[in-house]
This record gives sequence, C-alpha cells and structure tokens, in this order.
Amino acid sequence: MNHEAVIGLEIHVQLRTRSKIFCGCPTAYGAEPNRQVCPVCLGLPGALPVLNEEAVRLTVMAGLLLGCQIRRFSKFDRKNYFYPDMPKNYQISQYDLPLCVGGGLEIETPAGPKTVRLRRIHLEEDVAKNLHFEQASGVDFNRAGTPLMEIVTEPDLASADEALAFLQALKRILHYGGISDCNLEEGNVRCDVNVSVRPAGSAALGVKTEIKNLNTFRGVHRALTHEIRRQTELLAGGGRLVQETRRWNDELGVTEPMRTKEEAHDYRYFPEPDLMPVVLDEARIEQWRAALPELPAVRRARFVAEYGLPDYDAEVLTADREVADFFEAAARRCGRPKAVSNWIMTEVLRAMGERGVGIGALRLTPDALAELVKVVDRGAISALRGKEILAELIERGGRPAEVIERRGLAQVSDEAAIEAWAAEAIAAHPGPAEEYRRGKAAALQFLIGQVMKLSRGRANPKLAGEALRQRLGRAG
Amino acid sequence: MSRAADVAGWTVAEAVERLDAEEISSVELAQAVLEAIGRRDGAIGAYLHVDADAALAAARAADERRSRGDRAPLLGVPIGLKDNISEQGQPCGCASRILRGYRAPYDATVVRRLREAGAVLLGRLNMDEFAMGSSTENSAFGPTRNPWDRTRVPGGSSGGAAAAVAADIALAALGSDTGGSIRQPASFCGCVGLKPTYGRVSRYGLVAFASSLDQIGPLTKSVDDAALLLSVIAGRDPMDSTSLDAPVPPADVARTAPDTLQGLRIGLPVEYFIPGMDAEVEAAVRAAIARAADLGAEVREVRLPHTRYAVAVYYLVATAECSANLARYDGVRYGLRIPAEDVIEQYGRTRAAGFGPEVKRRIILGTYTLSAGYYDAYYLRAQKVRTLIRRDFEAAYRECDLLAAPVTPTPAFRLGENVDDPLNMYLGDILTIPANLAGLCAISLPAGRTASGLPVGLQLIAPPLEEARLLRAAAALERAMGPRERPPRTEEAR
Amino acid sequence: MVPDHPTSDLAGEVRRVAHLARLALPDEEIPRFARDLERILAHVRQLQELDVEGVEPTAHAMPVTNVFRADEPRPGLTREDALANAPASRAGLFLVPRILE
Ligand SMILES: [Mg+2]
Ligand SMILES: [Zn+2]
Repeated sequence: MNHEAVIGLEIHVQLRTRSKIFCGCPTAYGAEPNRQVCPVCLGLPGALPVLNEEAVRLTVMAGLLLGCQIRRFSKFDRKNYFYPDMPKNYQISQYDLPLCVGGGLEIETPAGPKTVRLRRIHLEEDVAKNLHFEQASGVDFNRAGTPLMEIVTEPDLASADEALAFLQALKRILHYGGISDCNLEEGNVRCDVNVSVRPAGSAALGVKTEIKNLNTFRGVHRALTHEIRRQTELLAGGGRLVQETRRWNDELGVTEPMRTKEEAHDYRYFPEPDLMPVVLDEARIEQWRAALPELPAVRRARFVAEYGLPDYDAEVLTADREVADFFEAAARRCGRPKAVSNWIMTEVLRAMGERGVGIGALRLTPDALAELVKVVDRGAISALRGKEILAELIERGGRPAEVIERRGLAQVSDEAAIEAWAAEAIAAHPGPAEEYRRGKAAALQFLIGQVMKLSRGRANPKLAGEALRQRLGRAG
Repeated sequence: MSRAADVAGWTVAEAVERLDAEEISSVELAQAVLEAIGRRDGAIGAYLHVDADAALAAARAADERRSRGDRAPLLGVPIGLKDNISEQGQPCGCASRILRGYRAPYDATVVRRLREAGAVLLGRLNMDEFAMGSSTENSAFGPTRNPWDRTRVPGGSSGGAAAAVAADIALAALGSDTGGSIRQPASFCGCVGLKPTYGRVSRYGLVAFASSLDQIGPLTKSVDDAALLLSVIAGRDPMDSTSLDAPVPPADVARTAPDTLQGLRIGLPVEYFIPGMDAEVEAAVRAAIARAADLGAEVREVRLPHTRYAVAVYYLVATAECSANLARYDGVRYGLRIPAEDVIEQYGRTRAAGFGPEVKRRIILGTYTLSAGYYDAYYLRAQKVRTLIRRDFEAAYRECDLLAAPVTPTPAFRLGENVDDPLNMYLGDILTIPANLAGLCAISLPAGRTASGLPVGLQLIAPPLEEARLLRAAAALERAMGPRERPPRTEEAR
Repeated sequence: MVPDHPTSDLAGEVRRVAHLARLALPDEEIPRFARDLERILAHVRQLQELDVEGVEPTAHAMPVTNVFRADEPRPGLTREDALANAPASRAGLFLVPRILE
C-alpha cells in the first residue's frame, strides 16, 4: 500500500525587539548567564508584566504579510505547567483570542505552487535555558521573556521537502519584513512538527506523533524523513502507532519517544489578570499596513522597470532585503545600476557566502561601492584592479580613493610612460612583434599583457594597445 | 502614661504637625515607636520583623531632609508594612515558610512612593499566609492577638497591620485587601481601613494572591490619615498594567470635608443585613447610619440581589488565580528548598513543606476548577456571575451615592474558633467580598463597641474612583461619632 | 453544567490535582482536603441556579485596554542580586537537580 504523510508545523520565531516582551531587559544574544534579568523575568514575588508594544506590532506585521485576519480584540492567558526553565511556572501566552488567524503562504513543489494555510499566530514569552552538568542542571534566565511569535499551520504539508520549502519561504518573508532576524544559530526559529501517515488518497487521518524542539531546518527535514519512513514501515508491517511526543536524536538520526509524563497535558489556561486586552482599531492596523516593506516579488518587478536590470539580476538582488536595500542605495548614488548589480552579484555575494554573513556584516558601504563604479567608469583604474580594491573595501572598509592612493593603484595614462613600456615589451619579445606585423592580431594581446606586467598592472590597457600598434606600424 | 507611649499614639497628621513645629525630631519619634514596639508587641505579635537600624537611618535622613527645608508629606513618619509588600533588602515572606530567607531585591512602587514622601519604615507586619484568611491565624509564625481582647483574633489577613495601628505601635500601616483583608481587621481592631478602587494603587511589588482582586491600602487611626496616605501611594504606575490613570484625591480631602452630609444619598443594601448577624453589630451599624441621617444624608434601602453568590464567585476566581500565582514558589530561585534527586519530586516536597494547610486548600480548589473539563462550569461561570454582581452595584448607584453596611456579621471571634471550618470562615467575608469583585472603593471606620468592649466597624462603599466622596462622608461621620477609642495597654501583660 | 465528579472519588481528584500543582501531600492529608473540597464545591454549585446565557465574563474590574510599554531596554538586577536568594547556584546559574530532557 502507498502511504502519504500529513504534516503540520508549530513554529516559534523570536521577534526583533530590543527589550523583552514584558520587561525592559535587553534581548541581545550571547550575554553571560543571568546578566539580563530583573524581578519580572525572574518571576520574583510581586513583579508584574507590561506588554512591549513593538512585539504586538511585529506580530501584526507578520500577520499582514502572511494574509492573516488581524483580530480586533485579543487577550493573553496563562498556560500552567511546572518546569525549571519557567520563572513563574506558567507561561503568558494567548489561548482562544490570538492576534492573527487564518492566512497562508505559497510554496513551490515539483507539482507546482501550493498554498499552505495558517491556523493562527499568537504572541508569547520564551522560557529560560537549561544547561547540564554531571550531577545537576543550571538555569540561565537571560532568554526568559524574549518575545516569541508562534505560527501554527494547518496540516497541509505532505513531505519533508514541502516542510523545508515552507520554512525557507517563511524565513525569507519574516526576515524581509524585519520581523525576526531568523538567525538559526541563535535559536531564533524553533519548530515542533506533527506528522501522521495514511493510505494515499484516504481522507481519514492516521495516528500522529509530535516531534518537539527542532532548531535547524535540516533537522526538521531529516526528522520528518525518518519519522515518515518509520511510521510507514510500522504500518506496512501490520504494527500500530501510538500518539506520542518524540524527540529527534541528531547523532543517531532517529526519532525516539520522550519520557512520557503520566498526566495528559492539562494546561489550565485562564485569562491573564495582570495584562489588559489588546484592541486594534482600523486606523492603527492601516498605519502599520502602510509601513509594510515591499514584498520581494513586487520589488523584483520594480527593479526591472526602474533600473532596467535583467530579470535574473532583479531576482537575485531581491532575495535578501538587505542586499536589495544595499543595491538601491549604491545604484542611486552612482546612477549605474547594472554596474552596481554586476559587482554585487559576483564579488559581494561571494564574500558573503565565504564568510557566511549578511551584507550588513561586511565593511563595504553602498557609498564606497558607488564610488568604485565611478572610478572604474572614469578609467582611473582597470576592472581588474577594481576587484582588488573591492576585496579590500569588503575586508577593511574605507573609501576607494584612499585604497587606490595607499596602494599606488591609480591607472597610468601618461603617454610617455606607456610609450616607454611599449618599446621595452617589443624589444624583449621580437617574435610576437614580428608575428603582429605580419598580420596575426592575437599577438597584440600578448604584448599588451607584457606592458601591463611591466607597469605592474597600472597601465591603461587601451592606451597601451594604441601605443603598440603605432610602434608596430599598424595603426587602428 | 509615659511620653513615649503618647507619641506612638499620635495620628500621622499629629506627628507631621509636631515634626513641622520641631517639637520632636524624626529620630526621637522613631525611637519612641521602636520602644513602644519593644514593650507592647510581645503580647500582640503584630510584627514579624523589625529593622530598628534601618528605621533609625531613615529617620536621620528625614531629619536631614527637613533641615534642608524639605516638607515631603510623610517626612519622618513611622509606618509598618504588611509582610507581602516588597521592600528592598528586607524579608518579604508573606508569613509563609516557603519564602524562608527571601529578601526582596527591589521596592514595591508604594514603598518607593513612601520613601520619596519621607516615611520611616518600621518593619514587617504579620498576616495570614499569602493573605489567605480572615484571622491571621494562618501565619506560619503564630497568630497576632486583638489588642482589645487578646483571646480574640485581630481579623485578617492584614491582622498585624490593624493590631499595630490599634495598639499604637505604628502610626499607620499599609495592608492589602483581596476580599476584605484591610476592612475586616480594621473593623475588628477599631481602626480605619481603606480599600481603594481596583487599579488606584499600583500592585507592583505586592506579592500576588488573586491578581484581579488584590489592592493595597492604608490602615490608620483616622480618616484624615487614610486620605493622606492614599494621596501618597495612589496614581498610575507604568510597572502595573492594571493601574489607572485618574486624578488622585488631594491629601486634605477628608480634613476639609464639611460636617454635614446634606444632599448625600446613602443606600442600605438589604442583603447586607443578613439573618444570623450579631445583634450588637447590627445595632451599632444602624446607629451610625442614623447619625448619618442626622447629618442630613438621605437614607434609603437598595437591593443587590446577587450578593448571596459573592462568596462562591470569590472562592472560584481567587483560588484559580492563586493556584497560578503561587506556582512560582518552587525552590529554584528563592525561598525554601527541600532537596530531592529529581526536580519534580523536589517541587512536590518543597511546596508540601512550605505551604500551610489553608494555602494548600486553595491551591487544590483553584487547580481543580481550572483543570480539564471544569473550566466552563466553574471559572467561566464565576466570571459571568461576577458581571451580574457588578451590574447590581451599577444599578444601585443610580439611586444612591454611597452604600452603608456592616463590615462583618460578627465582632472579632476567639482564636481557634473557626479554624476547623473553612467554609464558615469564608462566609464571614460576604459583606466585604463584593466590593473587590466589582472593583469599588470602600472604607471601614469605627462605629462603637459591643457591650463586652469589642469594636464594630461601619462600611461605606463608593463607585470606582469615588474615593473623594467616600473619604468626605467618612470624615464627617467620624467627627460626629467622637474621639477615637484606644484599647487597654499591654505593657504589663507579656 | 457541572461536570459529574464521582463524589466517591474526590480523594482521587485531590491526588490528581495535588500532582498537577506539585504538592506532595502525605496520604493521611488526602481525606481532609477531599472533605473540604466536597463542601466548597457543594457551596459553589449554587452558581448553577443562575441563567448566565449571553452574560460577558468579567476578567478585569476596570475596562482598560492597550496598556503598553515602549521597546526600550532598561537596567535590571545585577547577577549578584539575582542569585542572592537562590537556594543553590554555580557559575552564575540557578542550580536544580539534573534534568533529563
Ligand atoms: Mg508555544
Ligand atoms: Zn527582565
């Protein structure tokens, strides 16, 4: 029998705020343990939460980008369970009235585009981090109270590939919208997956398992691939599945049952008395909607129309919002969009790839790139030198003029100097000179190369060619 | 009577007057009160912890501020705090074993405001554990005794605060009121207790019992003092989302009140004069209401038909909220820890050893009613009936400006009398609970005594944010009823 | 409507709930809490008499909405103050028995 998978995702995304969701502690990553805590996020007796407006705004922005319906009335609830990473032993979350409901996201599949429906997006607080020693565990509350947006999909995904495609598309849009840094290394995106299998074409749902806390997209893909195979083989062999929570063991490449707690989940949700409801009127939502960033597809079309870029360039540049912003800044500055695009698509993207960082982490500024384009245009340096200069700008920053000056790279267009190098090249290589005189045009390229070598790359190649031709009696 | 005893018996207003006149220094005043505590509290048990050094340091600082011309409203006035209000560097144990050793690393907003106003904080006052109780017998550190009759309870849960103010071992105190915990002990001890409108006073730093009901308020020797303290502690606080942005009545709102109640419509809720009420309590309250009529008030009966459901609603809402609020006491970040191999076991043992029986009872009830399948039948239904109770008041306030009623059905009962019957103890709060459920402001003020000498309180209840109306009426009645009565001194009775 | 709780097994309910609330109650305390629970539930059951159809629940005494704080970092506690009350700590962390995750 042929089986198909039914997959739903619950994705926790850390919002890009400067302070925590209910207190003023910073959210910056990498601080020493328990250096970003206060009475509120430590759950001290008497402390009270106050909602960070930016967390609400970012969640609503995400909802708008994903086509959700934004609830006019939304509230917070307490989700009760005990765990050492929970400062209050309840989590402030949203139960029956989340900020966003519905919506969807289109992904590409081999069978064509497919829309994955969303069930809801709600706002909640993150828990602390547990670290483990030999005999004990330790708790660091720096992360406790970080604002999280939980996105819940409908069970619309049918394979590990689709789940991966969804996560990548989601990441792109959230990153683009400035809603989250989506930095996987820092645990900005964490995923629970629900998966079951059923006979292909069947409408009934099979017994599902939940795999908790996957924090890489690759992990999601591998865990799903394994779990779907495990369930399919078990059913094919006449076995029975149990509804359970499983964990992904990355080392062994298998999912395994988690220690089951005897009580079923009984979270005893009730409305959070310490927080007031959020009421969003049309005016506020419209104000936020107006501030939405241009979506990649729209921007791509605009890049073609406004800057005359080829489709391919526009697509590559708009895949990353920061790259697109960088491009626009540089292109506007120098008025040569295609030249800017060429530099970004080759050298700059390569440098980002090698370092594994975003464009913002490079020292290169849009202004510096714009200036470089102008300098090359003017013929003040060769394109080849331009590459070297760009490498240095990426590595160390600064302005092209300074680099050219410091490294003595300015192109030499002084006729006397070029004449002298041309004479020297001909004298040193009589063979190629003779071949050229006899009509072999390619020999000229060799001689130009020699002039460049003698000038340590600084000679203007166009002038060098002219000087050689004149000297060898084949002007034009 | 020694001079020191007189000093500790001053009202806040009297103390401020004499400090301003430089008849006494803040340090002298603090010393006198600390001495009174030393002499008299052994027989009362109002304080759990007194930090004389900190109090004297604050008094010295107050004297210094005064010498620089500072005239902050409570400069040098010694005040006690209920043990559930966070005070940086001091224990804040809520009279519970589970907070053993805990010292608050921050100030509650009311404490910050008291300090800015120059108050001298004396120490931590006894209470029912986590404010759950009506007698202060639920303190893990032993009960407080009623200064009028030491075989009787001072009421609760702010029993230490009421007893300290009544026994003249604090000029005033701050307590908290979730279902009557300021008004009922004020009534039992013969002092003034004000429960402000929900949201009037910041709860930041008040250890939560039932978040949607808790409110901090003053226990004082006079209505004027209650108004003065309210003016210091009230007002919007960005640290408490539920605190209200509304103008605060001025400090002299009671002092400047007219003697007449002409034009005031007072409603008597018929449901508050319940069958089985102590006859002397009812007589005292009716006499006080007759005084109000003498002063020109128009008195009429009103109906609050859902009153009989108030206790049930309260015990569902308050216990549900407390079951979550008290989940944080797990021995990880502060307080008691009973070590075990496994974290779940450690939680269970720590909490079983740390909480007293009443707290456990309420956690069990609250957890039960919130647990799967029961939410709609209990908690949600209680919240809906809460709406009906609120609407009763809205309707009543269309016919009157204030409500007048007893605070409790009986005067102070004997220690141990109710401990084995929690439900009976709960039912004693029926006259105070509705104001919490509806978020109203209410005051308890002395209205005479029973034949055996026990104080009886009169309760006035006003609509939300109408503290000015409430305090003016209370001030006029207080004046009409004559000077404050003091309990017998306890020096000899250690 | 009120759920049917088998009154005969309120002791079982107390055990279940005590575990949810992480209260390790000794066996001899169970009957007492079961009895109290039974009495209190009997009392609160009177709420069932009322028709609350269409009545909005009151979650907050005052109808305030949209209370926000600006997204501005503020200093909190020092680590020393944060850990000062901890029953056990090591290397800047709050220590608990080893958690098997
Ligand atoms: Mg969640
Ligand atoms: Zn914090």
